[in-house]
Amino acid sequence: MALKIVKGSIDRMFDKNLQDLVRGIRNHKEDEAKYISTCIDEIKQELKQDNIAVKANAVCKLTYLQMLGYDVSWAAFNIVEVMSSSKFTYKRIGYLAASQCFHESTDVIMLTTNQIRKDLSSPNQYDTGVALTGLSCFVTPDLARDLANDIMTLMSHTKPYIRKKAVLIMYKVFLKYPESLRPAFPRLKEKLEDPDPGVQSAAVNVICELARRNPKNYLSLAPLFFKLMTSSTNNWVLIKIIKLFGALTPLEPRLGKKLIEPLTNLIHSTSAMSLLYECVNTVIAVLISLSSGMPNHSASIQLCVQKLRILIEDSDQNLKYLGLLAMSKILKTHPKSVQSHKDLILQCLDDKDESIRLRALDLLYGMVSKKNLMEIVKKLMLHVDKAEGTTYRDELLTKIIDICSQSNYQYITNFEWYISILVELTRLEGTRHGHLIASQMLDVAIRVKAIRGFAVAQMATLLDNAHLLTGNTQRNGICEVLYAAAWICGEFSEHLEDPMQTLEAMLRPKVATLPGHIQAVYVQNAAKLFATVLQKHEGESDSQVAQETSQLLIDRLPLFVQSANLEVQERASCILQLVKYIQKLQQKNVEVAEEVTALFAGELNPVAPKAQKKVPIPQGLDLDAWINEPPSESESEDEKPKAVFAKEEPKHSRTKHTEVDEKELARRREVRKQEQANNPFYIKASPSSQKVYDAPGVEHIPVVQIDLSVPLKVPGMPMSDQYVKLEEERRQKAKAERKKKEKKKKREKRGKERKADSGPESEEDIAPAHQVDIVTEEMPENALPSDDDDKDPNDPHKALDIDLDKPLADNEKLPVRTHRPEVLKSPADDRDSESFPLETKKKSSKEKKEKKDKDRKKSKEEKKKKKKQKEVEEEPLESQLEEAVQSEEIQEVASPPTSTSAEDVTAPPSVTTVSASSAAAPDSEPEEPKETEPEDTKLSKHKKKKQKKEKEEKEKKKKKRHHHHHHHSDGGGEDSVQNGTVEEEEEEPLPPMSNYSLLAENTYIKMVYDIQGNHQDESKVVVSVIFENKSDSFLKSMEFNVLDSLNSKLQRPEGAGPHDGLTVPFQLPPGVSNEARFVFSVQSIVMPQKLKGTLTFIVKSEDSSTHEKLDFRLHFTCTSYLITTPCYSDAYAKLLESGNLKGSSLRLEGINMPFHHLLARICFHHHFSVVERIDSCASMYSRSIQGHHVCLLVKTADQTVSIDAKCDEPSLLGNVLDEIKQTFSKC
Amino acid sequence: MIKAILIFNNHGKPRLIRFYQYFAEDMQQQIIRETFHLVSKRDDNVCNFLEGEVFHPIFSLIGGSDYKLIYRHYATLYFVFCVDSSESELGILDLIQVFVETLDKCFENVCELDLIFHMDKVHYILQEVVMGGMVLETNMNEIVAQVELQNRMEKSEGGLSAAPARAVSAVKNMNLPEIPRNINIGDINIKVPSLSPF
Repeated sequence: MALKIVKGSIDRMFDKNLQDLVRGIRNHKEDEAKYISTCIDEIKQELKQDNIAVKANAVCKLTYLQMLGYDVSWAAFNIVEVMSSSKFTYKRIGYLAASQCFHESTDVIMLTTNQIRKDLSSPNQYDTGVALTGLSCFVTPDLARDLANDIMTLMSHTKPYIRKKAVLIMYKVFLKYPESLRPAFPRLKEKLEDPDPGVQSAAVNVICELARRNPKNYLSLAPLFFKLMTSSTNNWVLIKIIKLFGALTPLEPRLGKKLIEPLTNLIHSTSAMSLLYECVNTVIAVLISLSSGMPNHSASIQLCVQKLRILIEDSDQNLKYLGLLAMSKILKTHPKSVQSHKDLILQCLDDKDESIRLRALDLLYGMVSKKNLMEIVKKLMLHVDKAEGTTYRDELLTKIIDICSQSNYQYITNFEWYISILVELTRLEGTRHGHLIASQMLDVAIRVKAIRGFAVAQMATLLDNAHLLTGNTQRNGICEVLYAAAWICGEFSEHLEDPMQTLEAMLRPKVATLPGHIQAVYVQNAAKLFATVLQKHEGESDSQVAQETSQLLIDRLPLFVQSANLEVQERASCILQLVKYIQKLQQKNVEVAEEVTALFAGELNPVAPKAQKKVPIPQGLDLDAWINEPPSESESEDEKPKAVFAKEEPKHSRTKHTEVDEKELARRREVRKQEQANNPFYIKASPSSQKVYDAPGVEHIPVVQIDLSVPLKVPGMPMSDQYVKLEEERRQKAKAERKKKEKKKKREKRGKERKADSGPESEEDIAPAHQVDIVTEEMPENALPSDDDDKDPNDPHKALDIDLDKPLADNEKLPVRTHRPEVLKSPADDRDSESFPLETKKKSSKEKKEKKDKDRKKSKEEKKKKKKQKEVEEEPLESQLEEAVQSEEIQEVASPPTSTSAEDVTAPPSVTTVSASSAAAPDSEPEEPKETEPEDTKLSKHKKKKQKKEKEEKEKKKKKRHHHHHHHSDGGGEDSVQNGTVEEEEEEPLPPMSNYSLLAENTYIKMVYDIQGNHQDESKVVVSVIFENKSDSFLKSMEFNVLDSLNSKLQRPEGAGPHDGLTVPFQLPPGVSNEARFVFSVQSIVMPQKLKGTLTFIVKSEDSSTHEKLDFRLHFTCTSYLITTPCYSDAYAKLLESGNLKGSSLRLEGINMPFHHLLARICFHHHFSVVERIDSCASMYSRSIQGHHVCLLVKTADQTVSIDAKCDEPSLLGNVLDEIKQTFSKC
Repeated sequence: MIKAILIFNNHGKPRLIRFYQYFAEDMQQQIIRETFHLVSKRDDNVCNFLEGEVFHPIFSLIGGSDYKLIYRHYATLYFVFCVDSSESELGILDLIQVFVETLDKCFENVCELDLIFHMDKVHYILQEVVMGGMVLETNMNEIVAQVELQNRMEKSEGGLSAAPARAVSAVKNMNLPEIPRNINIGDINIKVPSLSPF
């Protein structure tokens, strides 16, 4: 032994430590990866050594490598070893490594529970601190559940250092184990008034974090926080509280009113910018929640805006940024107060900091009005020119479009101006947003009828100068614009001055270099233009032009017919043939224009993007049902052509429109007008708004002169500026006119009209320059208003939406699970608090309903809560159950059953009933709050007595124990009577049950085990083994080993050989028992299996120590692969109907027990859940870890039980039934 | 809540990473790269906040638009905190300052090399400032006191690297001529500017 130590420390001298590793890596810059891989090999060697210092050093290095991106999860087991070192130095290294690389699916985490618990209760506060810190990073639902109670105890630790850590970690526990929130909350609330400011701050922190997600549950804490806010001087705490109030005020406007004053005081008094800023933010939130109709708060708004202005003007970029951020919040409700600072915000657009510019842009979006839109956009256009870097320029571009198009072009008074802006934007080089500009052009041209003439002219110019846009197609998204231009010119070709020229422009050979989808549009719209030209020139004396056009098309189209793009090719060849045919007719002097135009007649209206979604499904329509019976083969042949035709019909609706006669069209137009008149979202064509100036013709617009040598730069004065001037003139004119009118009216004293026109010039008074009617998007007639639920169903905070104001119910308590030796001192408490797993709780609330009135209310509350928690509960259920049993096991006290069946569980009696029945059975009292309120003395005395009695019994029993002590029914009789009286239940309670069965036993040690599957992993089961030291000696160095079979293997840590044993992570003092878990992987689960294994251990008594071993056989029953899974009856019915399940049945004779006991046994021992029970018949369900469904129908009639079973795996089913049979043959 | 704390140098080499939510190692590295990419482009005289999912793909990596990056740049090192909207921006800036000042106290004129060779110690200091993504302590004296008490404990246990190991590591490095070059990096002390009190 001594030699080994010496050898270890010599080896150790040549180990690298962290510094050596870092140095080494820095010295191997060229072959870093290779160097590190040799280092990892060394580390692997070091980890194999027994010396914990060597291991800790290796783990420390691994933590460093993890930072460099190396996966070190293979060393998870070694990390656990280092964590469990008794030396703080190593422990800290272990926990640090764990916190860096453990996560929920790290399976060794479940081995750490006991270690962490030990550390939490360590006398050394830094052991506790390190464990808390580590746990905060890798806490899992299981750990949270198992340790919640220990952590809660630490919240009252004497050292503030531990208290504050314990308080903080509670938040993580709540997230992982929401059931703990209600029981722990009172203490958390206490901590708000902890004498230590650090603890107080931590409590505020946790509650703020909770409240942020579910504010309504924390409204009742507002007074407490209010007090804290006015008394605390800690800026961190103040900031948190003020932020919290910001979240609470929207729910309770009265709170907001109260807050305004202290907050404004703080704003005036504080020198800390961070606090000032948060105060302003919350005041804004308050003002928003108070709605804008509170005139007396304008002072507060003024104050906020004024303070924000100071922030924005500050030279500190951070303050500037935040000022703008907060300003945008005010903007939503009080746009006017922000608009007065327009100068400042426009100034920020010049800032060198891009973040600030973007923030300012955001603000501008909300600041535009009809009055200032043109001015603001003009500024932005200037910035577009100046902008370096495409990201920011693209952002500017989208912002300009956003600003202009917002709320249905609300602020645009002059669409000619807007089209010009769009055309100017097309000159941006290398923008990604060509499609955005294109869709805007299309949208405006389609929806604003009055602008079409102008738009078409502009688009024609664009098409004519297309070569400027397509200079370098590869990186240029801007050519998308041509798509829109071509379509607009084609569709509204009647507005074209010279369609012939445009047509020519669209058929230039260069077009063939454009992307396919654009070419396709070109070709199609060339045809439309052709139709227009024909229409225009036919009937004129010289049919020359028309014929020239046909010839042009015939000449140019072949280029497109050869296109590689299918769409282009198809359209081109189609149109080419058409034109050829038309040419023939033309030569015969047949008038064809009418018919050709008919090809493209009809109007296209925009359809709202969600229109389809909003069509409600009519009642009684089943989209999955066959309309006709599926046709037989022979029939379908006849009907096919028809069906195809019918299907395609809607696609031709464009041409179909022409068939609708003029009258019908006129009628429709009338109806639409009527509709528009009633629709407030239409910008109506008011009879007074005349065109004030003549729209400038195309020739006035200097678009064409684009300097090629400096491509795509806006030359000279941008044309859209014209409009700004014109608009100003127009407005002044209008103003003057209005004044005149007013004067006139005054004279005439026609009150009615004056009312409409008088008053100061407001936004609304600016009449649009055009008769603008925006065609709104079409919606189906009976569209449903949709409120899309955007909430993320996976949000972990959803589970924390728990009412905290309701008083704690008796059974709401954190599970206590301890196997430490000291537990034996107070087993009753422990057992009680644990013995009702959640499942029982859930069901019990149902039962309580049948009880007396006073209980009724309580149970309702619980149910409400349970419902919320349902999803969360399902998973930890099995382990809960298992633990409950474990604890029973250890304390060796008979306890109420933990069955899962709804009807058969004896409900936990409430406190009220207990006190009423004073002396009766406190033993069956479930979950009295142990750590919060000390037990009533009378009760506990009684308990101790009881406990003693049971201990005696236990000792007696010990000698003749053969199978498992839990199956004996001593004490059960006594208990049951008491239970019966306490609970006023008619049904007999169940005898106690346990799933733990004996694994092996000798004079030193006894092992019992249980096997549980896990939903998350279909190939793993966990074997929980409880080791009980029966001797008077100390048992140590226990090693658990199993001979693997092909099908089932013990999971060993990485690096271990296939025959290595696993060290049991604890030692056993005399008379103590503890539990260890081992993970096995299994492949097939349809057959039961037995594995041979050995436990070796050292028995150490005072004078000697001997090596002992104990052989055992681990029996994997098929039942152990089943997992209790709740199933709803409709889903169950569907499952049975599906016909995928194979049946089998079983008859049990001479079963002499109540039906509910029978069901409870099946539930408990075989992991089933009851789906439905009617009298003496019940359906049950379970699922295997690999997803097999197992359904049972259990019927009973005088001592005979028949079980009809179905499962998708017959051999699994057969084995499960055999096991059920065995269970009942034992009783 | 703080989602992650990253310290890397001007070349994007990580010096400390601390995620308070699980990300696989390659994801962590990607986040570091993206963050470095974003932060290193920024001048020292622009604001210290970065947000907006639209511009920065990193936010979709980290988990959404509720998050923002708050960072400070000291000499050769970037200290980046990724936080959600429950944290005060200016508060976190102050916290970074407190953290760096604490490092400065604990390492006595901290420089990048201290962080390189004592990543574990930096972690232990950080653990006293932030725990599980929540601010644990902001009082520098308290933080330093707790760190020192723990270091004293470690010393009393003999520490991880006892004396012989140190000597050996010196011997082991004898044949490596590059060593001096690497250590002599020049003036890379993190200068902790005195900021206005919180």
